[in-house]
Amino acid sequence: MSVDALQEALRGEMYVADRGLAMSVYLALQLGRPLFLEGEAGVGKTEVARALSSALNARLIRLQCYEGLDVSQAVYEWNYSRQLLHLRLLEASGDVDRQAAERELFSEEFLIKRPLLQSLEGGDRKVLLIDELDRADEEFEGYLLEMLSDFQITVPEVGTYTAETRPVVVITSNRTREIHDALKRRCLYYWIDYPDLDKETQIVRSKAPGASQRLAGQVTAFVQELRGAELYKVPGVAETLDWTAALVSLNTEALTPEVIDETLGVMLKYREDVQNVRGEQTRALLARAQNRGAGRGGRRG
Amino acid sequence: MASAVEGQMLPNLLLFGRLLRRLGLDVHAGRMLDAVSVLEDIGLQRRGDVHAALRTLLVHRREDLPVFDEAFSVFWRQRKDQTFTMDLRSMGEQRRYRYVEAGPPPLGQPSDAVGAGVDEAEEGGDRIDITRTYSAREVLQSKDFSEFSPSEVAQARLFMASMAWDPGTRRSRRLVRGDGHALDLRRTLRDNAQYGGELLKLRHRRRKEKPRKLVVICDVSGSMERYTRMLLHFIHSLYGGLNGQVEAFLFATRLTRVTKQLQHRDIDQAVGDVAKAVPDWSGGTRIGAALKEFNFTWARRTLGWGSIVLVVSDGWDRGEPELLGREMERLQRSARRLIWLSPLAGGAHYEPLTQGLRAATPYIDDLLPVHNLAALMDLARHLNALSSGTPERRQRPTAVEADASEPEAAAPGQRSWHRDANPTFRHPLWGRGE
Repeated sequence: MSVDALQEALRGEMYVADRGLAMSVYLALQLGRPLFLEGEAGVGKTEVARALSSALNARLIRLQCYEGLDVSQAVYEWNYSRQLLHLRLLEASGDVDRQAAERELFSEEFLIKRPLLQSLEGGDRKVLLIDELDRADEEFEGYLLEMLSDFQITVPEVGTYTAETRPVVVITSNRTREIHDALKRRCLYYWIDYPDLDKETQIVRSKAPGASQRLAGQVTAFVQELRGAELYKVPGVAETLDWTAALVSLNTEALTPEVIDETLGVMLKYREDVQNVRGEQTRALLARAQNRGAGRGGRRG
Repeated sequence: MASAVEGQMLPNLLLFGRLLRRLGLDVHAGRMLDAVSVLEDIGLQRRGDVHAALRTLLVHRREDLPVFDEAFSVFWRQRKDQTFTMDLRSMGEQRRYRYVEAGPPPLGQPSDAVGAGVDEAEEGGDRIDITRTYSAREVLQSKDFSEFSPSEVAQARLFMASMAWDPGTRRSRRLVRGDGHALDLRRTLRDNAQYGGELLKLRHRRRKEKPRKLVVICDVSGSMERYTRMLLHFIHSLYGGLNGQVEAFLFATRLTRVTKQLQHRDIDQAVGDVAKAVPDWSGGTRIGAALKEFNFTWARRTLGWGSIVLVVSDGWDRGEPELLGREMERLQRSARRLIWLSPLAGGAHYEPLTQGLRAATPYIDDLLPVHNLAALMDLARHLNALSSGTPERRQRPTAVEADASEPEAAAPGQRSWHRDANPTFRHPLWGRGE
């Protein structure tokens, strides 16, 4: 598969990827290295993995990170209730060889496989998504470092699992903290920025087919202007899509300052931001957005 | 295609890698090897693709992306294309030029330095006099930083390095073996297997304690000049004492993050690096703007885990007090505790009257002095006492018991209004004038 073909395939999965991002994904596949995606919340980092797994016809295995994430949630866990039951049954049936019983208890039969271990199993192709790694703590990063270097996991009681087919690994981070360089160095790195007007319009058109072309254009032009305003939390593409959906469900045909003010909460998640934008600034932003739209239209025509 | 890389390309690629490293990028040797094989694969026809490929391979920090782009455009320019913005050598040079002229003010007057040196040699002699040494330390502890001679700075540095800092711990979500409430099923089962499924001995896990992070935002504007040098030493000793659990920012008119520069163990090297990084030493003060920049750009990345924030400033602010108030309010809400340190707060009759501090006061959890070593010791004690309990914030500062009238000559550590530093600490000067 070439870079162009990959870009096309992603587009087929409704993901509009820049050439740069397509190149990063392509190289991650070619070199078999993890892809580390950073960017603000809501720019479509997770979507990359989803689209990629569909495009490759591979299974998507997702690990959502959180503080305190440990081996029992990320890698494997023993099925304690089944183990207990098994023990009782053995006991009830009379004479038991204790050592054999213990060996049996900690065998693969009682192992619950969590995402990381799942991603090493079986010969089929898989995409392993490690989502929002910045939410996990450093201890987990250390573990990941080990696993990603040789794609194997050891369960002391059972043995070592080595990947038959290496999963395609996509790691995302919202950058609420710095991820250690040691880990990032092992990955291909791509910073996903907010899309430009053209790209965002394409995204809205493909993801929110309910919106008219006119509305989609107005919405994206406004959001683009809004991102330039002074905000604590800049709306991402996810917010644009939510807002479009909200507007469509309100049967909005064209943006007006009133409609925007009423629905601003869909995009802005801080009270200060809403207060700051509502009213006068809404009007100003809308006027600028309309000018921009008009300018583009004029040039095209 | 292979020949393309083998010919001129390979040496150039290696050269490019070296250039990037020199520009401060963390280029991994393994990624350079990847780059060679990748260029063989994708070829050199499309300049944009070569750029994208090298970019994703050789850069892994967002802040390095612009440097890479510039270096790429200069290094891989076509002969006929003369549109690049600057000569490559000038990129390296320019930094050096810009940095050398700026820097923290030198400490004390040269004459002062000589005098102090002589004094000490004469009086100290070779005798070991314990009482004198002790009282000398006492004097040093209560001496204002701005009056330090270089030799005193050196002593103070040693003293600071020996201080124990502990901003407390927070309970993380990670579970470890211990006497907690969570059942450790794995160990329980293993330890009880011999009893045939009867769980006779229960094993537990508890939440792991992690050290809290400290974020220091320090004013280095003109009015703070006399304290700057010592405060840098203070921040560096904090960094060392807390095993790097510190984020540090300096500001005058703009905010600069200096955490990376502090990583040097050698303090002179670290201070030197910090000096190079800050573009606006001794400029005017715009505290509000600096805090705003912090809130917008850094708060989300540094305050996520119950951090304690120290703002170090005398409160002389040339910006709008409204802005400062607004940003302080926000900062207080995102910090576990917001402590303001002012070198002026040391005097007994000090009142936070500077315009900036007045605007900020309602949002400060603790206002503490930072003018001498005794004040630092008090700060350390105060932080230690914070470990337990949640900060108590009131909607409006209120007056407290009037035990604030202790004479200024109080011995170090006995300053009444923060001797018993505790989580419910309130500054007695709040609301004093009401």
